Amino acid sequence: MSYPITVTVNGQEHSLEVEPRLLLVHLIREVLNLTGTHIGCDTTSCGACTVLMDGKAVKSCTVFAVQANGRAIETIEGVSNGGLHPLQEGFWEKHGLQCGYCTPGMIMSAKAFLAENPNPSEDDIRWAISGNLCRCTGYVKIVEAIQYAADKMRESEEA
Amino acid sequence: MADVPQLKEVHDKARPDPNNSANVPTSHEVQIKTPDTISGMGHRMKRKEDPRFLQGAGRYVDDVKLPGMLYLDLVRSPYAHAKIINIDASAALAHPGVLAVITGKDLEEAGGLHWMPTLMSDTQMVLPTEKVAYYAQEVCAVVAVDRYAAADGVELVQVEYEPLDPVMDPFEALKDEIIVRDDKETKTNHIWHWEAGDQEATDKVFADAATVIKEKIYLPRIHVASIETCGMVAHWDKIKEHLTIYMTSQAPHAHRTVVSLVSGLPEQKIRVISPDIGGGFGGKVPVYPGYVCTIVASLVTGKPVKWIEDRSENLQADSFARDYHIEAEMAADADGKITGLRVHTVADHGAADAAAQPSKFPAGLYSIGTGSYDLQAAHFAVDGVYTNKPPGGIAYRCSFRVTEAVHMIERMTDIMANELGEDPAEFRLKNFIKPEQFPYQSPTGWEYDSGDYAAALNLAMEMIDYKGLRKEQAEKRAKGELMGIGISSFTEVVGAGPSRSFDILGIKMFDSCEIRIHPTGKAIARIGVQTQGQGHETTFAQIIAEEIGLPANDIEIEHGDTDTAPYGLGTYASRSTPTAGAAASMAARKIRAKAKKIAAHLLEVGEDDLEWEVDKFVVKGSPDQVKTIQEIAFAAYTNHPEGLEAGLEAVSYYDPPNLTFPFGSYICVVDIDKGTGEVHVRRFVAVDDCGHIINPLVVEGQIHGGLTMGLAPALFEEIVYDENGQNLSGTFMDYLLPTAVETPNWELGKTITPSPHHPLGAKGVGESPTVGAPPAIANAVVDALWHLGVRHIDIPITPQKVWKLLREHGVDE
Amino acid sequence: MIPGKFEYLAPTTLDEAIKLLTEHGYDAKILAGGQSLIPAMRFRLAAPEILIDINRIDGLSYIKEENGHLAIGAMTREADIDHSALVQNSYTLLAETAKVIADPLVRNLATVGGNLAHADPANDHPATMLAYGAEVVAVGPGGERTISIDDFFVDLFENSLSDNEILKEIRIPTPPANSGGAYIKVERKVGDYAVAGVAVQLTMDGDTCTSARIGLTNVSAKPIRATGAEAALAGKALTDDNIRAAGQAAAQDCDPSSDLRGSEEYKRDLVRVITMRAIRAAATRAKGG
Repeated sequence: MSYPITVTVNGQEHSLEVEPRLLLVHLIREVLNLTGTHIGCDTTSCGACTVLMDGKAVKSCTVFAVQANGRAIETIEGVSNGGLHPLQEGFWEKHGLQCGYCTPGMIMSAKAFLAENPNPSEDDIRWAISGNLCRCTGYVKIVEAIQYAADKMRESEEA
Repeated sequence: MADVPQLKEVHDKARPDPNNSANVPTSHEVQIKTPDTISGMGHRMKRKEDPRFLQGAGRYVDDVKLPGMLYLDLVRSPYAHAKIINIDASAALAHPGVLAVITGKDLEEAGGLHWMPTLMSDTQMVLPTEKVAYYAQEVCAVVAVDRYAAADGVELVQVEYEPLDPVMDPFEALKDEIIVRDDKETKTNHIWHWEAGDQEATDKVFADAATVIKEKIYLPRIHVASIETCGMVAHWDKIKEHLTIYMTSQAPHAHRTVVSLVSGLPEQKIRVISPDIGGGFGGKVPVYPGYVCTIVASLVTGKPVKWIEDRSENLQADSFARDYHIEAEMAADADGKITGLRVHTVADHGAADAAAQPSKFPAGLYSIGTGSYDLQAAHFAVDGVYTNKPPGGIAYRCSFRVTEAVHMIERMTDIMANELGEDPAEFRLKNFIKPEQFPYQSPTGWEYDSGDYAAALNLAMEMIDYKGLRKEQAEKRAKGELMGIGISSFTEVVGAGPSRSFDILGIKMFDSCEIRIHPTGKAIARIGVQTQGQGHETTFAQIIAEEIGLPANDIEIEHGDTDTAPYGLGTYASRSTPTAGAAASMAARKIRAKAKKIAAHLLEVGEDDLEWEVDKFVVKGSPDQVKTIQEIAFAAYTNHPEGLEAGLEAVSYYDPPNLTFPFGSYICVVDIDKGTGEVHVRRFVAVDDCGHIINPLVVEGQIHGGLTMGLAPALFEEIVYDENGQNLSGTFMDYLLPTAVETPNWELGKTITPSPHHPLGAKGVGESPTVGAPPAIANAVVDALWHLGVRHIDIPITPQKVWKLLREHGVDE
Repeated sequence: MIPGKFEYLAPTTLDEAIKLLTEHGYDAKILAGGQSLIPAMRFRLAAPEILIDINRIDGLSYIKEENGHLAIGAMTREADIDHSALVQNSYTLLAETAKVIADPLVRNLATVGGNLAHADPANDHPATMLAYGAEVVAVGPGGERTISIDDFFVDLFENSLSDNEILKEIRIPTPPANSGGAYIKVERKVGDYAVAGVAVQLTMDGDTCTSARIGLTNVSAKPIRATGAEAALAGKALTDDNIRAAGQAAAQDCDPSSDLRGSEEYKRDLVRVITMRAIRAAATRAKGG
């Protein structure tokens, strides 16, 4: 049986019919072909699937697509706007990624976090990304990347 | 006792190398010989591959979508050991989305495909016909139109099992009461017995020793758990009779050859593509049954078939690391010099010896376990054993079995130091191999290329204020507070390896690079190794930039497609820089040699009149008579000298003369909560030496990551089975990966002691920290508790283990 | 990994939701935050035929003080509790609890009501609500009723709501002056369930503890109070001896199971240790520290 939904993804509205059990992450990856959001586990543990739903960072593997009806989803593909977002810049400058698999999830988590906490300490940042696992980097340069972005975003706010 | 292969490690003498100097000087500054515009070695260059990952445009196997693609999912065994009575797929086949169910019988009828060879020349079930031998073993494959239907299909398959008693403990298994592999002629769980070193000389040293210590050390089973699981898209084009495979593979060429040999399909009709890989760490080296089922499914349906395993499948069925039961003895003389080492180990291999090792090394490079110390004699013996667990033995972010070896030697060294009442740092400094002893012949036949162990340890001690810490510890101890300092001074051995000793299924472990320069002075280079995050698209460009002066940004690096990349053995065990990095350098030098001829022609001088300066040839004594590499490249196509072919390209297949021996010293400080047993890592200083550094930014990232994958097994990770062989820690709920909160802020230092035999003086580095960190942490915890009478704690050092020791020794909050 | 099929309903009022629950009974489950239910459904450990999504019902998410209590709408997200200045300032025990539930991403969706209604002793809010002496408001076909938290947890995964009742609100009595609370959760890593957790809420009169309620996390078949520990403190001065006695009593009050998080002995001793720590922390806060 299928259920009609209208979801806005990265600013674009989509009207679709989906199975109620379709996970949001599969809607994004399989139906909308936005493969930047990744799947890393099956127990809501790793955060590789993190997207923003109405501005809140959520694990899209633990949300049904039907729950996103009428909501706005932002994925990694929607983050750069003409040029790289300060977070993308920060991850690049500071070598905050290696294999890149956890990176979209990290950036989405960080984006929502910095919107609420524009001047975080190192501890704040580590706490904020504690729902996102990385195996490659050991987190140090991810924290530096987010700090870089926070500093850059505050600077342009002040400017 | 059953007739079991008795294997002995033999080291052929290295080719004498004119570059082998006895004393390679150690420095502390990264060597940079090119300007920023060229960005050769030593530059902290931003990675060229990052833009696609940052914008969600990476292409991982699960991102591959082909028209008409089907999905495969696996039915898995809920028993560790059981006969298969019947598989009823009728309900699954009746499901509208399910197209086929493939069983072991189907594979058998297709030509004996139900069994496959392993990398260690054992055999492993692809799908069972008689019985299952481990929990979560693949039982049959469901092929469906989409992944949801495939999952539904799996639920609908009815399998009737007759449970058998499993044998989960390797010591029990050695009694041969429950046989895991009754498919074999000889009914025994003892796979092989292997030895290295000199037993007689070692026995003598122990007989003469002033002090002998003995300890049992168990390194439990762990799992690499890269964030991307394993998977494949197999596409059999029945018109072209061509098989394309997208695969999470760390070694696409080797996998192509294996697929060809097993399937009978001709090798030129098979193309393996490793696209972007989300972490490997050794887990993407083995051939898993799921891959074979996927290929068969595509052959049978004539459609592309995708298989992506869930995390639980990955943790429960894919190849594990460690599972070494070690019994070690160390001998020291009256002056407190370590004289001998005797190690016996039982290696739990699970249901098949599917270890990913070079074929002559069933216990990997374990005999490196004499470590950084100058001993007189050593003897290693390992017995491989079958149990009812998933098959394997991979190197979890380390060289083959080196983590096991280093954990053992660093724990034993600490125990000996404490037994003798000596400071563990001073004890190490006293026992280190000295710089003038390099190239060093170890008692088990390894030739260490270069090292300055004291420099690294002294730097680490300075960085962490070791003296101050010992003072603080004494003060705290007087107040009953528990603080520990742990040292690990490891030597890794990476870069497999010289063809005289190293092969995988007979294929020698050289590696390769092919470079082609375009007329407008840009280049493409293809390599035989395969990044899974190590930054090869940048670092290899930097190597080539270093050698021929083309800016790294002008050099495109390609890898992973077996149709275009030259044959290589892939990336694992930190081998890329030592092998393919050297190949890149050698290929670039061939190009430079031809460029010199072209330059001589253009400048109308003899080759001997020319000097190479960063990115150009200059006529000696005439500094304005110059040809840049770009001008030379253009001339290669427009004005090449007579007698010389046009074009500017070269390929190198590099056979390393030896392995490389990165090393380091790590110091860890812990504070222990007496109430809960929790261990808090207060500080961790890591001094690494990987010879000349290609990209310090990348190296730092590798070290941070490796340290974290050392912390994880030290304090958190363990695969746990119950007495029925059920995997209890088979999801991320219980297989615990550290988050940013558990991970300390790693402090890094470096020394640089180049490898005398490597063209760039570089060694591998990505895995040293995984090797060096666990004993540093374990030593720190034991150090905190030594005065209570604690000698050893097996990792993972959980709060409960510490709590138990504290209470046993009368310590409470 | 892939859940089984189900029918999906998304009512927009509580009445509608209750009607649907009544109609479908046992076949239906409420979808609130989904952060416990959806993982269970993905492993097919839970397989409801009908999912009633209550996220579209307005007016169920709020945090406000009124009538002598803190009223929390059942659909209030843990993240909102975590970010509430009111909770930070005046309900420290609750603030400390919300902060350690799962991880920040899960907290964006997980609800307080869901955390309680699941009746899982491994969840963190049950112990805290027991410590606060909270009550919950349930709505059913017959209207609203209030249930004391002491009567709410019946057994593992079993609460005292009837099949067609929905949790609407949680009420925490505003603590009197000279009160303090603390939540201590020992976990193997961030995001895990507790190895053991303790929630303490007490009121002091000088150095004497006039009342204490203590809730325990993940050391019993259902969420419980450490009544023996409470008795060891009530009306007594908070001396080291008394605190130690309370700790030992708490260790006896609990009934932990051995599992991968720890053996029964370890968990019991942990309860002893962290009960003492939580009492000390709560007492310091009660005295204005």
